Amino acid sequence: MPETITISLRGGDFEAEVLKDGSGPPLLYLHGAIGQKGWAPFLDALAKKFTVYAPYLPGYSKSNGLDKLDDLIDLTLYQFELLDALGVAKAHVVGHFLGGMIAAEMAALSPSYVDKLVLAAPAGTWRDSDPVADLLSMSANDLQNDLWSSASSSMSLSPADFEANARLKAALAADRMQDLTAAGKFLWPIPDKGLKRRAYRIKAPTLVIWGENDRIIPPVYAEDFAKLIAGAKVSVMSNAGHLLMIERAEVFADTVADFLS
Amino acid sequence: MKLCFFHLMPYQDLPESFEKDYHSVWVDAPNSLFDPEKGHHMYNDFLDELEYAEKMGFDAICVNEHHSNAYGLMPSPNLMASAMTRATSKAAIVVLGNSLALYNPPIRVAEEMAMLDVLSGGRLIAGFPLGTAMDTIFGYGQVPVTLREKYQEAHDLVMKAWTEREPFAFNGKYTQLRYVNIWPRPYQQPHPPIWVPGSGSLETWDWTIKNDYVYCYLSYSGYKVGKTILDGFWDEMERQGKEFNPYHAGFLQLVAVSETDEQAQEYKDSIEYFFKKSLHIPGGFGNPPGYRSVKTNASQAGAETMQSRTKQLSDFTWTDYLEAGNVIVGSPETVRQELTHAIKELRVGNLMLLLQFGDMPKELAMKNTTLFANEVMPHIKDIWSEYETRWWPEKLTEPSKSASKNTSQ
Repeated sequence: MPETITISLRGGDFEAEVLKDGSGPPLLYLHGAIGQKGWAPFLDALAKKFTVYAPYLPGYSKSNGLDKLDDLIDLTLYQFELLDALGVAKAHVVGHFLGGMIAAEMAALSPSYVDKLVLAAPAGTWRDSDPVADLLSMSANDLQNDLWSSASSSMSLSPADFEANARLKAALAADRMQDLTAAGKFLWPIPDKGLKRRAYRIKAPTLVIWGENDRIIPPVYAEDFAKLIAGAKVSVMSNAGHLLMIERAEVFADTVADFLS
Repeated sequence: MKLCFFHLMPYQDLPESFEKDYHSVWVDAPNSLFDPEKGHHMYNDFLDELEYAEKMGFDAICVNEHHSNAYGLMPSPNLMASAMTRATSKAAIVVLGNSLALYNPPIRVAEEMAMLDVLSGGRLIAGFPLGTAMDTIFGYGQVPVTLREKYQEAHDLVMKAWTEREPFAFNGKYTQLRYVNIWPRPYQQPHPPIWVPGSGSLETWDWTIKNDYVYCYLSYSGYKVGKTILDGFWDEMERQGKEFNPYHAGFLQLVAVSETDEQAQEYKDSIEYFFKKSLHIPGGFGNPPGYRSVKTNASQAGAETMQSRTKQLSDFTWTDYLEAGNVIVGSPETVRQELTHAIKELRVGNLMLLLQFGDMPKELAMKNTTLFANEVMPHIKDIWSEYETRWWPEKLTEPSKSASKNTSQ
């Protein structure tokens, strides 16, 4: 079972709720726009080889201080302070969507903090021909559907995974207003916030990983990151949608662990 | 009573099955549906209707701002108000209003409204809406969770620009200016009266009361649902220890007057066009995450208005609209009774009347306006005559205009 740590930053301006488990080299996991709902199976798998820290970003769950972060740079600096407070000088950073965008910014702004970098369906660029989904105007129903590869893919899940997914879908709907409030601050209206000017500074070995059926941010965006980050490897997962690390937890965890080891 | 003639300037020629074939009337309705030649005639009809309202004795004419939509064709209400400064001379001109957070820098609002005030010789009422989510978040790309803060900062800047007599610097979070020094400055001193339209957000109530502005509830849910919102506003006033004055609040009501109740069926098509087409807005556009506070979303008023609106849009028929009070329709006597009842229930002193709505043609809008002015207005204009409004252009509240109201100076 993961432990929940509460970290206070900047004299109490921020309280961060961080989930932690495992042993081995430190790994920071940054969740995406729709947040994380507790400790997911893929984190469990990663915790077998790494000490995994999975904070809730400000504005999610009990982590607060969203109003004190004006932009993406503020949000990125916050992550360094969080690592400092956790006593982690350097970590593998794995980020999904919004978290992927922050992870890339961390590697660009202060390369010494980032060991290896894994960007899972990261936000951060824009293509007129393939717009990122408008999460703010999506109904709870549409959002629940579009986060997954397709209705049929859930048929191939194990009963345990299927049940976990059903629970997750319910939690996503319930928390959508709060979670997307925070995401909207950094992704709206266009998630291109300057990473392309800073990405040249990324020195960490980088894996870009995408679900081939991602309906929130289509896999064609992987090309942007391959172009922006020198030497980045791209891996596209079949039968996976936007929440690839939930839908195909084992494959995702194995791919990530292989890359990091 | 202040009776204000409100116009939305709706696009009147949406396709018959618009609400089935298109996702929304706002944000993503393609402008290929807009016919510029028809638009030319619509604009001119609408301006005629506003001018006519002044002739028929309305206290004010009202225009408003909306973007990327076929619901109301006034992305710049100031342009319409400007035309009205020349075409009218007695009515107050209510610009309800300029969505402050959308102007960069926001002193543009201070400048244009000052121009309108000077042009009209001090007849401007300045409205400062936050703006609907469709206009602000989706149409103008604003970040939901910071919209209100940006709006309030812009408000502070506009108010200072209106009242300071020396150039000043402004170091805001959203706007930084080395020199703020607007020319012209407003005709009215220290500034035009300020009205704030809202939709039941708790934050708007609080802010409006603190600043001593008029709170306007503009919804089409009708006075029965509106009462929930305005009761909430009056309760908040009381909690903050403020003295009751009906002119502290405004309300918008659709009204349709005919010779007889039966004859009033002539408005049926326009009403259905308005509710089914002009208000064809999917839930996702109306209340995106972060636009309203968690507190407001959880409040009863917030939930009720959202719920009732959705239902009214999808399921209602003509008789349902009438029963729910979305529209007050009928013979002059029916309208007099129901409107008097509504005014007293809501306790509002500023009534905004929407007499043209949907695809109502000009002749019918003129008829509605005429019947309202001749048959209804005289019977309701003296409601609340025991109160005075301090939110009206001073120039227009001279004894000659309100002799019967025993105005003290």
